[in-house]
Amino acid sequence: MAFGSVVAALTALVLLILIRFLYILRWSGKPLHGKSRRTYSTLIVLGSGGHTAEMLNLLSVLQKDRFTPRFYIAAATDNMSLQKARVMEDSLIDVAGVKVEETAKYLQIYRSREVGQSYVTSVWTTLVATAHALYLMILLRPEVILCNGPGTCIPLCAIAFLFKVLGIRWSSIFYMESIARVKRLSLSGLLLYKLQVADQFFVQWPELQRKYPRAEYVGCLM
Amino acid sequence: MGDAEDGVRPKRTAFVTVGTTCFDALVRAVDTREVQQELSARGYTDLVIQMGRGTYTPKKSNGEDGSLVVDYFTFSPSIVDYLRSASLVISHAGSGSIFETLRLGKPLIVVVNEDLMDNHQTELAEELAERKHLYCARPQALYKTIADMDVESLLPYVSGDAAPVAKHINRFLGFSDD
Repeated sequence: MAFGSVVAALTALVLLILIRFLYILRWSGKPLHGKSRRTYSTLIVLGSGGHTAEMLNLLSVLQKDRFTPRFYIAAATDNMSLQKARVMEDSLIDVAGVKVEETAKYLQIYRSREVGQSYVTSVWTTLVATAHALYLMILLRPEVILCNGPGTCIPLCAIAFLFKVLGIRWSSIFYMESIARVKRLSLSGLLLYKLQVADQFFVQWPELQRKYPRAEYVGCLM
Repeated sequence: MGDAEDGVRPKRTAFVTVGTTCFDALVRAVDTREVQQELSARGYTDLVIQMGRGTYTPKKSNGEDGSLVVDYFTFSPSIVDYLRSASLVISHAGSGSIFETLRLGKPLIVVVNEDLMDNHQTELAEELAERKHLYCARPQALYKTIADMDVESLLPYVSGDAAPVAKHINRFLGFSDD
């Protein structure tokens, strides 16, 4: 008897999650129409090197009063990206002539796998990295996520999607594929596109848009 | 050889950069006599190599015998200054180096690292070479590219624009255009 009701309860729970999951898939990727003017707390994932340069290029044209506060995240091994973001944010303050200290925060995240790391040790480091990503996401619960690869953004986006399913936080995830990708998507891009985790998916070359019709072609950012 | 009549050659630097990568094949290539002879023949007087994390150290030269002046270093916080003072840039295929050089309007040869496993970077270099913004070469054939190139025929690269992405994002979130 008890066993039967446990099974029934579990089945109901699984069904509920499944329905919620399908509901999320139905609604993610749909514009947030009817929402009035407001601000969005924004998570910006900086992917190092060229990725960071492209992201900061986008940030330079986004209206800062709409995307605030801004949380910048970079891999713990990347010591350049957050510095560059800080330089950009500081230049904003100069232009506006007002101090906006509290609108930008800078955080580091563990990477699941460094280049050349063995697969055995990467099981452990992936666990640590995922736990760390979960901690940061619980802390920040961003409403907008901007990312452009590489892998650093995957656990963050996965958790954001989980938060949507569980009803913890609705977020809009924007992924823009790097300009270096002309004919094929990156692994991160492919994952977020195929699993429909990204609400909007941008590509910078027309050939990619032809291959991946749900992507938006936006021309070169650099 | 190649000296101007008055004995003073205008300084023309070829700058080699591998960014933060290890790209010994390129450093080795520019250390060969073939490449240095072609550079001299094209009027370059100096060769500066940023060798990054590579382990192969090229030979320095003070150019006393009329050959190229060759110098190298590993990293510098002011790569852009080297790019700015260069007359030719020979770069790895990283998008950061490529666009920084194109923005400065410098003639550029991108050398593709064939040792990388997931070599998606050739895509960008080849696409931009097809559009005549730069030359694309392999390390072994670099001397040939230098000999055959016509830097005057390269087209200036018009910098991209992030405004369309911003517009999409704003619209998606329900902000009106302004």
